[in-house]
Amino acid sequence: MNPPRARDLALTAPALLYLTVFMIIPLLLMLYVSMLERAPFGGVIWGDHTGVAYQKLLFERDLAGNLSFNGDYIAIFARSFRLAAITTVLTLVISIPTALYMTTLSRRRAAFVLFLVTVPFWTNLLVRNFAWILILRNGGTLDQGLQWLGLTRESLDILYTPLATGIGLTYSFLPFMILPTYVALERIDKRLIEAAFDLGADRWRVLSRVVLPLAMPGILAGAILVFVPCLGAYVSPELLGGGKSLMIGNLVQAQFGASRNWPFGAALALVLVAVLMLALLLWRFLQRRMVRTA
Amino acid sequence: MPEQNLLSGRGNAFIAMAALVFLYIPIVTLVALSFNQNDLTTIWSGFSTKWYAAVLDNSDILRATKNSLIVAAVATALATATATATALGVVRSSSAHRGGVEGLLSLPLLVPEIVTAVALLMLFVLTGMPLGLLSVILAHTVFCIPFAYYPIRSRLAGLDPALIEAAADLYASPWKRFVRIELPLLSAGIFAGALLSFISSLGDFVITYFVSGPGSTTLPVYIFGMIRTGVTPEVNALSALFLLASVVMITVAFVITKRVADVARAGPAP
Repeated sequence: MNPPRARDLALTAPALLYLTVFMIIPLLLMLYVSMLERAPFGGVIWGDHTGVAYQKLLFERDLAGNLSFNGDYIAIFARSFRLAAITTVLTLVISIPTALYMTTLSRRRAAFVLFLVTVPFWTNLLVRNFAWILILRNGGTLDQGLQWLGLTRESLDILYTPLATGIGLTYSFLPFMILPTYVALERIDKRLIEAAFDLGADRWRVLSRVVLPLAMPGILAGAILVFVPCLGAYVSPELLGGGKSLMIGNLVQAQFGASRNWPFGAALALVLVAVLMLALLLWRFLQRRMVRTA
Repeated sequence: MPEQNLLSGRGNAFIAMAALVFLYIPIVTLVALSFNQNDLTTIWSGFSTKWYAAVLDNSDILRATKNSLIVAAVATALATATATATALGVVRSSSAHRGGVEGLLSLPLLVPEIVTAVALLMLFVLTGMPLGLLSVILAHTVFCIPFAYYPIRSRLAGLDPALIEAAADLYASPWKRFVRIELPLLSAGIFAGALLSFISSLGDFVITYFVSGPGSTTLPVYIFGMIRTGVTPEVNALSALFLLASVVMITVAFVITKRVADVARAGPAP
């Protein structure tokens, strides 16, 4: 392999330099801050290195200075995982039939549906989540609609629950799943499907033994694209979840806002990144195994 | 045809329609309620455009809009120039070089926004940089670079290298080749990339929320403040205007990239 030419290196240098200064260095700085002591009014005390921020994830220190186990933060991590996993599964369940349907459309119509799916993806996340407040809140459009139909009399009390966060997350990230699933299904050689039918397979078998395995890399890519931002979500739980369904993102934000505990916030953010890296490695592993079997 | 049978089952069509309804119900609700006369935002009492008038009359909103446009314009210019150079630099380079560059470029898209936000906040505060328009621009450029890069890169990959070689054979200097051949052929990709980074800069809330100061509030940060304090349907009208602007821009981007795809499919232009 030839070493890159000077011209190519020079052309890529600005981007590399920029992202090193404003992405790599901030992440390294975060790692360093997570090992420092907090200063009383935000910021950090330079010099002393401690593991206090990481200890705080699992233990709390009472007034007498004794450590005892504290499961509060673990519970928030667990909730975030649960919500991210449920959202990923829900978007998958909606996306596969939707994408299958799109592959049956004419080129022109498929492009139009693709456009309809893409538009919400590019519109403002904050505004789209705010719209759900109008729908879900007590006396909101959902309540009004159901009462008008005579289905309910009372408010459903959905807003400010984990259910509302789940709806917001599914809504926010559904396009991330539909797009790669559609691309993967579209690429399948249609003759393979015909061959399976000719050999006597029924619809379900063709789907489970031919179509889905072939589309699996795309579906997994979609799953990662949904799971990653969900786990670090901030906007949906902040606007729709209320105080009882905090996620990791809100916990990180709180350390830089009201709690003024930068080292703990940095440690939380790093644990989040570490967990996501593990998920990505698992994904790579699964994808490689699937390529080998296919 | 049995294949049609499998893929166009009625169940799939139903779920697809339901998915589209799900995607558009909040948008339709928001726009509809923005024309509501009532102060109570969700109870319909008559058609009115007074909230739009209130938005256009609010000097804080106008200032936030101006900030958003300045940030998006500068970040887009920086990111598009950097991304174009990067795409030109990797297209004929070794796969190791390309892999390394693209790995770093994808980082802002892989790392959760909240993490990038607090990491940049710490960088700015600990290096003594004031939080203002400049810090917001620097932060936005980080995620605008990959958004600008991918459309340019895919356009460049579709270019026929023979065109450049022909220009070189005809004694065009490297600069002339770039200005007269590569840049015009890439222009649609560059425009699409610029538009995508402009849209994502304009829409960003999480990162801006952390790295902006009191005088550099952008539109999403202002909207968040309005939602938090639970004010009038003014926020519906403002959000609806914001949605409309995004829809127009993404439609333009879509039409352009589709035209690019059509041209590419039809072969090089005469």
